[in-house]
Amino acid sequence: MSRATSSPLRSTAAHAVLIAYTIIALFPVLLIVMNSFKARNAIFRSPLSPPTPDTYDPVGYTTVMAQGDFLLYFQNSLIVTVGSLFFVILFGAMAAFALSEYRFRGNSLTGLYLALGIMIPIRLGTVAILQMMVASGLVNTLTALVLVYTAQGLPLCVFILSEFMKTVSDDLKNAGRIDGLSEYRIFFRLVLPLVRPAMATVAVFTMIPIWNDLWFPLILAPSEGTKTVTLGAQIFIGQFVTNWNAVLAALSLAILPVLILYLVFSRQLIRGITSGAVK
Amino acid sequence: MGSLTIENVKKSFGKVDVLKGINLQVRDGEFVVFVGPSGCGKSTLLRVIAGLEDATAGKVVIDGQNVVATPPAKRGIAMVFQTYALYPHLTVRDNMGLGLKQAGTPAAEIDTRIAAASAMLSLDPYLKRRPAELSGGQRQRVAIGRAVVREPKLFLFDEPLSNLDAALRVNTRLEIAQLHRRLKATMIYVTHDQVEAMTLADKIVVLNAGRIEQVGAPMDLYEKPANEFVAGFIGSPKMNFIDAGRLGEGGAKTIGVRPEHLSVSREAGAWTGTVIHAEHLGADTNLYLDTEQAGLITVRIFGVFRAEAGETLFVSPDPARTYRFDADGRTVT
Repeated sequence: MSRATSSPLRSTAAHAVLIAYTIIALFPVLLIVMNSFKARNAIFRSPLSPPTPDTYDPVGYTTVMAQGDFLLYFQNSLIVTVGSLFFVILFGAMAAFALSEYRFRGNSLTGLYLALGIMIPIRLGTVAILQMMVASGLVNTLTALVLVYTAQGLPLCVFILSEFMKTVSDDLKNAGRIDGLSEYRIFFRLVLPLVRPAMATVAVFTMIPIWNDLWFPLILAPSEGTKTVTLGAQIFIGQFVTNWNAVLAALSLAILPVLILYLVFSRQLIRGITSGAVK
Repeated sequence: MGSLTIENVKKSFGKVDVLKGINLQVRDGEFVVFVGPSGCGKSTLLRVIAGLEDATAGKVVIDGQNVVATPPAKRGIAMVFQTYALYPHLTVRDNMGLGLKQAGTPAAEIDTRIAAASAMLSLDPYLKRRPAELSGGQRQRVAIGRAVVREPKLFLFDEPLSNLDAALRVNTRLEIAQLHRRLKATMIYVTHDQVEAMTLADKIVVLNAGRIEQVGAPMDLYEKPANEFVAGFIGSPKMNFIDAGRLGEGGAKTIGVRPEHLSVSREAGAWTGTVIHAEHLGADTNLYLDTEQAGLITVRIFGVFRAEAGETLFVSPDPARTYRFDADGRTVT
């Protein structure tokens, strides 16, 4: 290993590849952020140039702030994302603990059933979900979205966490039992802290699709009071005229909260990905 | 206080029978070691006693009370695990005190007990540290301390020395022996290492394939093994087993003789053999010989014996210390 890193040629090559990949991955994001600060003409005349004093125009942001209730949209998005995340992790971890810890009839069948959701997209059930929400009077509420996203996130969460929980030492759990800890305390105090890196991984993978989703907000909660940011940004995209300044500004703003959440989890995430690899 | 009776305990995992009817008596204050090859069910038996596994059938009686339906925390036991199993988020002091706190012991009482245990195990300088900041030997001492503070009727040790290096293993073995003498508590100890079994036990229980092969004091097992399995398992290097037909002896199927009960000579002896390999350990010498009469055998000689591979030597068994086994492996007397 030390030989590979000590060769300057090899490390340059590796860095070149990684830098190239980073540029490709970040380019669209950069383009959006750059153009969101430019005047409409400048966006179309030279989309690739950064904003200069001549072309600088915050009109996009002022439009976003003035038109529509973007603060409310942000709040809705955050409530839905954080709420769903909380329930996904809580119920997912509990199910994973039961599957990995207890021997019962139909254990592996239950695990398979819960993992099946990874392969079947939840959107196939949209019509049924909508009927259910209408029947229970949950249309145009954030609760509807939280429920749907919780269901959407659970399969992957159960699958990943149950694998990780199998690696938690049995002796530790048994020591807790002998010391008289309840199964709940063993779960919350001993097991959960040890699978924290895995939980962060699950959190990131769960959070991003929820934040970016347009489908379910559009169908289940399109009212003004329950719009999410991605749905809110759609008001600037018209059939004939699109206010690109405002769309780009709204998208740039939408990156921020999710970026902050990601930074919170990322330290743990890296540990989760590399755990097991370096032991 | 601290007796244990196991009556016809059986344990199956699905179709696999791990324990096939175990009966055992442990008196108050005894140090009992369960020993056997991996997969013989010794750890499972310990878990059944602790209540971490439910017995499929049978009774576990601690101090005259059948505890089969009692949860582990209420059985009056304490357990020390192979992997230490300390709570990573608690300090040494809290690790030791958690069980008592759960049981609702007054704080002052907890403090005195922790102080006594940490003095006994010289853990005082580490009480404020977390397990991650301790070495392996220190962690195992904390784990033992966690058991001691509970003042249990029964101490259960599950291969506590397996994760320690050789030097620490000897030290900790000594500490456990002293602990037993001082506390006069009943202890049950599981190991696959027969040296630990021989040095620590008042009574050894040899298990094989879910059954008890023999129960007895260490020297009884060494001198009077009940069968071929016990004879082969106790003693190192392993006892030599020779086909009786080959030696022309009737009345038995197999003849067993321990490596240390064979004498070696350069001039004459019962069996003639070539040295295949010689291990010089200083205090003793192990020779591996291919003999004409008895096949491959191991000889242990106390002290230094200069021998090299390829050399021809004569070996004679001590007739008073040979064992005879019948076709079922039972000892014939």
